[in-house]
Amino acid sequence: MIQFDRVSKRYANGTDALSNVSFTLPAGELTFLTGHSGAGKSTLLKLIMMIERPTSGAVVIDNHNLSGVSNSGIPFLRRKIGMVHQSHHLLFDRSVYDNVALPLIIAGFKPADIGKRVRAALDKVGLLNKEKLNPIMLSGGEQQRIGIARAVVNKPPLLLADEPTGNLDPALSAEIMDLFEDFARVGVSVLIATHDLTLIAKYQHRLLTLREGTLVTDREEDGYGS
Amino acid sequence: MGRNATPLRTPKVKAPKPPKRKSVGAKSAATSFVDRFQSWQLHHRDSAKDALRRMRQTPAASAMTVLVIAIALALPAGLSVLLENVSALTRGWDGNAHLSVFLKDNVNESQQRQMAKQWGQKIAIDRTEVITREQALAEYKALSGFGDVLDALPDNPLPPLIIVYPEDTSPKALEDLKRELEKERDVDTAQLDVEWIRRLHAMIELGTRIVSALGIALALAVILVVVNTIRLAIESRREEIVVVKIVGGTDGFVRRPFLYTGFWYGFFGGLAAVILVNISLWWIDSPMAQLITLYNSDYALAGLRAEATFTLPLFSALLGLSGAWLAVGRHLKDIEPQAF
Ligand SMILES: Nc1ncnc2c1ncn2[C@@H]1O[C@H](COP(=O)(O)OP(=O)(O)O)[C@@H](O)[C@H]1O
Ligand SMILES: [Mg+2]
Repeated sequence: MIQFDRVSKRYANGTDALSNVSFTLPAGELTFLTGHSGAGKSTLLKLIMMIERPTSGAVVIDNHNLSGVSNSGIPFLRRKIGMVHQSHHLLFDRSVYDNVALPLIIAGFKPADIGKRVRAALDKVGLLNKEKLNPIMLSGGEQQRIGIARAVVNKPPLLLADEPTGNLDPALSAEIMDLFEDFARVGVSVLIATHDLTLIAKYQHRLLTLREGTLVTDREEDGYGS
Repeated sequence: MGRNATPLRTPKVKAPKPPKRKSVGAKSAATSFVDRFQSWQLHHRDSAKDALRRMRQTPAASAMTVLVIAIALALPAGLSVLLENVSALTRGWDGNAHLSVFLKDNVNESQQRQMAKQWGQKIAIDRTEVITREQALAEYKALSGFGDVLDALPDNPLPPLIIVYPEDTSPKALEDLKRELEKERDVDTAQLDVEWIRRLHAMIELGTRIVSALGIALALAVILVVVNTIRLAIESRREEIVVVKIVGGTDGFVRRPFLYTGFWYGFFGGLAAVILVNISLWWIDSPMAQLITLYNSDYALAGLRAEATFTLPLFSALLGLSGAWLAVGRHLKDIEPQAF
């Protein structure tokens, strides 16, 4: 599903965020991406989202080499990837329902399908009864779940999360993790960037560790893995 | 939900409650071409409506922008209506343009009448009017008040005169006719007072050019006003733009609401300009009518041409659209999800 082949990323200001990173993640698996702050976790996710392009090396998603994707092709790649953020980036000028419906409207779903899919996604994250509310009225955990509903509403084969539990207490973090595991169980590839070591210890999944832009451990290959 | 609708407004459809535990994930979503086309149409409609809704949300700021556009357009539109009126009014005055053909002193009255009759049959001449030396003297006495002086003169000093009204009153035709008549044996001189008409035409021409230049400058001003308004709108919706881009919105999708906003500002500005021009014309109508009566004309002031009621808002809407296009091209590029 995700394949990095000797990928390096140097930002315009000269920072080497990633150096020679190679790994392969099969489809339908949950993987943790960890490392100290500034290790390059967000950069790695941005390369997958094509928010940034690699300086060298190849990123291959679902058998598409991203170097062959033009700028006008980027939106269509992103429709196949759900993205969840620590600061969930919800829009507070509209209802929960409209927040979650946004990717479907953009992808051009039929109005009837939109209603069904939004409610299915909200039901999945347990917020079906909150669809008419403004997300500003919800708690941090609920807001994060709306962010997740929005990320999965058009059933992308790949789900990325950047510090999804960063602002949440352990109980809420566990709820969120359970959701991610559910998605992985039904065949979604999930990649979670986090520096929350207790989370990583609790859930035994494959682990990629970055240190100053270099991949230092790959738990599965080290034999720790699930 | 009411007010929460957006350009990305979700169609409110009562969908059956989905079965519990339905999985979200697994297969990738696919949409048919027809679905996408309908959705595209829907997004156009929703973007247009949402742009209007956002304008209503900030009534004072929106009204200000609309009014600025209206004034910028009403000025050249109003001036050009006035110019058209002046030009139409003086077209009537051109009809009075004539030549005064002074004959030689030895031409007697019957010869004079004979000549006038012959000239009257020329194609270039509409009609002629005979003023005999006696008539001329009588008229001159009455008008000048120099009656006593003239009485004291032994001879009538005034020459016989034929007034020639030409068919074509353009300066050039008058000039040609003058030259032709002056070649006649018994003609002393022909006078035409065409200078003032020529000056007037030149002034109208100049006025038209100035109004055109003003129109172009103010059309550019309208575009700039919209560019600035849209720039601010883009700035205030930065977060939304980033989110839309992250969930796979194309540039076209991101652009659309802003293009509609520019379109509407232009459209309403143009409409307000039509109203402004009509109010101004109504305001000056009665003093203008008085002025015209002074010139013994039964000319009625013409308003904005009927089709301008449609063409001005439409033209203005296009200006707004261009302004929005420029703003969007310039500023949307800067909003990328890098710092996400
Ligand atoms: N847009 C950018 N321009 C320049 N440097 C950046 C940019 N984004 C991240 N960096 C730098 O790249 C390195 C990796 O950052 P990041 O990928 O955000 O790490 P992490 O998410 O693991 O904390 C850091 O040193 C960071 O300062
Ligand atoms: Mg980060």
